[in-house]
Amino acid sequence: MAPILEARGLTAAYGPIQVLHGLDIRVEDGGVTALLGANGAGKTTVLRALCAMVRRGGAASFRGRSLNGQATEDIVRLGIAHVPDGRGTFAALTVNENLRLGAYARRDRAAVKADSARVCGYFPRLAERRQQQAGTLSGGEQQMLAIARALMLRPKLLLLDEPSFGLAPLAVADIFGILRKINRDDGVSMLIVEQNANLALDLADHACVIETGRMAMSGPAAVVRDNEAVRRAYLSY
Amino acid sequence: MVAFLHQVFSGLAMGAVYASLALALVVIYQATHHVNFAQGEMAMFSTYIAWDLIDRGVPYWEAFLLTIAISFLIGMVIERVVIRPFERAPALTVVIVFIGLLVIFNSLAGWRYSYTIKSFESPFPDEPWFGNSFMSSHESGTVVVTLAMLALVYIFFRFTKLGLAMRAAALNPTSSRLVGIRVGWMLAIGWGLAAAIGAIAGMMAAPIVYLDPNMMGGILLFSLAGALLGGIDNPWGAVLGGFIVGVLENVAGAYLVGTEIKLSVALIIIVGVLVAKPSGLFGRRIAARV
Repeated sequence: MAPILEARGLTAAYGPIQVLHGLDIRVEDGGVTALLGANGAGKTTVLRALCAMVRRGGAASFRGRSLNGQATEDIVRLGIAHVPDGRGTFAALTVNENLRLGAYARRDRAAVKADSARVCGYFPRLAERRQQQAGTLSGGEQQMLAIARALMLRPKLLLLDEPSFGLAPLAVADIFGILRKINRDDGVSMLIVEQNANLALDLADHACVIETGRMAMSGPAAVVRDNEAVRRAYLSY
Repeated sequence: MVAFLHQVFSGLAMGAVYASLALALVVIYQATHHVNFAQGEMAMFSTYIAWDLIDRGVPYWEAFLLTIAISFLIGMVIERVVIRPFERAPALTVVIVFIGLLVIFNSLAGWRYSYTIKSFESPFPDEPWFGNSFMSSHESGTVVVTLAMLALVYIFFRFTKLGLAMRAAALNPTSSRLVGIRVGWMLAIGWGLAAAIGAIAGMMAAPIVYLDPNMMGGILLFSLAGALLGGIDNPWGAVLGGFIVGVLENVAGAYLVGTEIKLSVALIIIVGVLVAKPSGLFGRRIAARV
């Protein structure tokens, strides 16, 4: 299988402080790669670097096209949807407006309408709250909205930053079930950052463990899961 | 009583002008958190463009629409060329840039059109409309034009994709980029929109206050008072504030302070709002975590 996303020697810095020191990351077409590591390892920064939200170095390509020198909004338009930590929904706008904005980069109006209905099928709770302000939703609903908004782009690759963060266990199970479905049924590839390694490794076919901006280990998810040393050192379970 | 009502109604006309300019201020404030002190002078310059067009024989309403379009473009170009380089500059730097723009437009108008006061024609007939004895037809017309403009602006922001994207870009630039919105262009369009709204305010004000390069100084101050009174982060509050200030100004000018120091009414409102209720009547109070 060809990779849909490939980064080589990815570096990133916040001002003078370098956070990523040359990472190689791959997401297979239709695959799910989990990005694991302790707090402060640079997982979120990887996603930000891929979307050009921080100054980055190294090479990154998406479906064979270089992402170097592209602005965030252009990368998004290629079909990469990023669900940032803190969710990045528009709290002052309604659920419906958030969904419309998710499809902002698209021109096919009829298909957008159909997708809106489809996405609301995934998240019936959102459908009930379409006219409600996003900021008034519960944490789980906001996470659903963030994912729904990202799906409205009809992305080929979904970048997910801690989708389980701050959610009740039931809501987490819900969201991961939907992610699995989206990956299997719609063929959306995913790069997923997660604190909860068990969850992420269940969903992923591939895993990267990073430690302070360097790759500690990468390989098939099953291999990473079964590696006792890695598990104890980086995944703390 | 009749005289009082007369003051109230003719206050509505200037109130409409303040409301428009206040809305222009809010459009830029929401996106950048800066008050564009050059908004008044930009509107004044737009009015000169309209005067120029009419002077060349263009019929009024065509000149009116053309001026709006030209002003929109000028606003966009100013954002792209002058404001953009200061995107991340400290607030004080941006204020200086605005004051620079103010001086430039003022001098440009004086140089191109001279500082002598010109009269500016009203598109409305001389007789009052529908036997309304409280307002001249230009005053009623100003209110009507302003309300029509407000309706269009509302429809644009509420129901169009671009309007939604502009609101999103103002609310949350980072998330906006993540859905593919070109935030820089949204800012430029915001500037264009503000300039176009200002142009309408200028063209409606000019028959009342006459056309000269300094015509907008006082008007901007009253508009700012209106925007602050209504809440500078709430467009409809700012519009309402503009109307309130227009009426207050007229009534206070007639009964309290006299026309000579009317402008101090604006200052009293500004200081009063900032002291008593900084978020304005309809603004949101923002609590920041430190």
